Amino acid sequence: MEPVSTFAAQAAALPIENIDTDQIIPASYLKVTDKAGLAEGLFSNWRYNADGTLNADFVLNRPESADARILIAGNNFGCGSSREHAPWALIGYGFKAIISTYFADIFCNNALKNGLLPITVDTETYYQLVSMCEEDPSTTLTVDLENQTVILPEGQQVSFPIDGFAKYCLLNGVDQLGFLQQQEEAIAAFEASHSQPVATISPA
Amino acid sequence: MHPRTLFDKVWAAHEVRPQQADTPAVLYIDLHLVHEVTSPQAFTMLRERGLQVRRPDRTLATMDHSTPTTPRNSLGIIPVTDGQAAAQLDRLRKNCADFGIPLFELGSANQGIVHVIGPEQGLTQPGMTIVCGDSHTSTHGAFGALAFGIGTSEVGHVLATQCLIQNRPQTCAVRVNGRLQTGVSAKDIILAIIAKIGVGGGTGYVFEYMGEAIRALSMEERMTICNMSIEGGARAGMVAPDDTTFEYIAGRPFAPQGADWEAAVARWHTLPTDEGAVYDRVIELDATTLTPMITYGTNPGMGMPIDGVVPSPDEMSDPSARTTLDKALKYMDLQPGQPLLGHPVDVVFLGSCTNSRISDLRQAARLMQGQKVAPGVRMMVVPGSQQVKAQAEREGLDAIFKEAGAEWREAGCSMCIAMNGDQLAPGQYAVSTSNRNFEGRQGKGGRTFLASPLTAVATAINGKVTDVREMLTEPVGV
Ligand code: SF4
Repeated sequence: MEPVSTFAAQAAALPIENIDTDQIIPASYLKVTDKAGLAEGLFSNWRYNADGTLNADFVLNRPESADARILIAGNNFGCGSSREHAPWALIGYGFKAIISTYFADIFCNNALKNGLLPITVDTETYYQLVSMCEEDPSTTLTVDLENQTVILPEGQQVSFPIDGFAKYCLLNGVDQLGFLQQQEEAIAAFEASHSQPVATISPA
Repeated sequence: MHPRTLFDKVWAAHEVRPQQADTPAVLYIDLHLVHEVTSPQAFTMLRERGLQVRRPDRTLATMDHSTPTTPRNSLGIIPVTDGQAAAQLDRLRKNCADFGIPLFELGSANQGIVHVIGPEQGLTQPGMTIVCGDSHTSTHGAFGALAFGIGTSEVGHVLATQCLIQNRPQTCAVRVNGRLQTGVSAKDIILAIIAKIGVGGGTGYVFEYMGEAIRALSMEERMTICNMSIEGGARAGMVAPDDTTFEYIAGRPFAPQGADWEAAVARWHTLPTDEGAVYDRVIELDATTLTPMITYGTNPGMGMPIDGVVPSPDEMSDPSARTTLDKALKYMDLQPGQPLLGHPVDVVFLGSCTNSRISDLRQAARLMQGQKVAPGVRMMVVPGSQQVKAQAEREGLDAIFKEAGAEWREAGCSMCIAMNGDQLAPGQYAVSTSNRNFEGRQGKGGRTFLASPLTAVATAINGKVTDVREMLTEPVGV
């Protein structure tokens, strides 16, 4: 994974609450065995009309939002299915961060493991960002992970929380599996000292 | 030792390394369930890094999501005509063969929906940690296990190390007082809880369901409740194990036997929450006043009593909430103030990991007996597993459904998720016993009303949304 450093990007607002992962990437796109091509299905129920043409009203289809790399969305973004295809599709499309008032648990985990930043802000900031983007679609925000701040166009700084371990991994471009593998001794000791309630290979 | 909750005990017993100032806890996973959709990229990662599956004997794979539920051909095979789905299933076969993981092959005697087969086989046991690349893994919490859904990266972590990195969630007691009335079921309890707290209301918590109403439920009803914990945003849902739990597990293929069984039951008896243990939050619900529930919108929190009316976006003070409800009602083509009772439906879907177990089918068949599915309505009955299907056929339940004009299908996720050929056409309305009414979940443009199996059957018979209580003079047991 590439380290996440400070970046500036245009933002687009999708002020809908509870955007579930079935909207982010519908199940019909999940019959793949790799991560390629998922961007095509991103928000496909909203992005495309019934006949497959682009829905001109959808925010990401507006020419002025074509370069958006930060998405501002209503609370509980990413709820529903655990499909990691959701962050894969968002990243494939080009998104680097999602800003919301809070994220669904599994989505947040999945996003962090792929270098997509879930940025939590308070309701007031959320509405401020939504109106900024709606008034001026070229609104550009700077995200500084090291200092955990989002910098607005006028210089206003908004800080955001992030799990310390996830932050360390993102800044250094290391994945969490490496950490688990380092626990080998502890895992082996745990296994040695715990009984085996099930063996899926053979019934009891 | 200070009093601990059920969750505290299971968590503590699986900490390989406790949470530290700069690192989350490392949690050992007892059982890892795998299916075709969320695993291929994890196996690819293992291959790229030259890793093995650490504990294939704690791993089990099945095929359920992208599998067709159409009848078998003359050779007894369920044909997979979708090339992409066939390739995905082939990949799972290869991955399981290469890494030594047992697989319940499509159409074989034990295959079925991942959350139906674990309990059915006796693999799901109290006090265990269970994960799967699937959010409804919370189902297994009905046995007093800590069970939750994970993403594909984490599937890779568990395959490689049998462990997960976890931040400790908070605990929430969900107390359901009193007893349910006739025609009201476990599904209505969980739909009412989610309607009350909203789809994000449980984020960051593990729920423990308790109270008189929960104790009175069968294991399969408890599974229905735990299954939808995730629809309230909770990480997991649990029910303390009791004699109902032990009776359900006893004698199943992977259940402990003989002296091991006695030892296991003794261990399981220590799991329930200690007197005086404290939860971070408490939610209460009165079962005695509950009615059958139904959803009107595009998330499971948009639910109401079946005789209620669709709410108005104008009543919402928060602008995002207003836009969200407005968008949902447009999608559903419903008006504020409109009742759902009497609303015509095109499809009735009885199935999914929420409500496709033998007790669901028995209850549905009892109400269906001697009745017909209304003209113009398609009713699909999809057993959760081949075992459920076989048992239902032994009891003649299939005949009841078929005589009524319903389709009797092979086991799988079916119309719960539009990726296996079973789906709604744009604009169609369905009453579904599944767990998600998201836009397009059951097919692009399809509109879902979530409800209980009893409500589904009553609706199928009348061709329109029906209050099952009008058809019942006495309880329909499970
Ligand atoms: S039945 Fe539906 S919710 Fe359950 S595992 Fe299958 S797709 Fe997921």
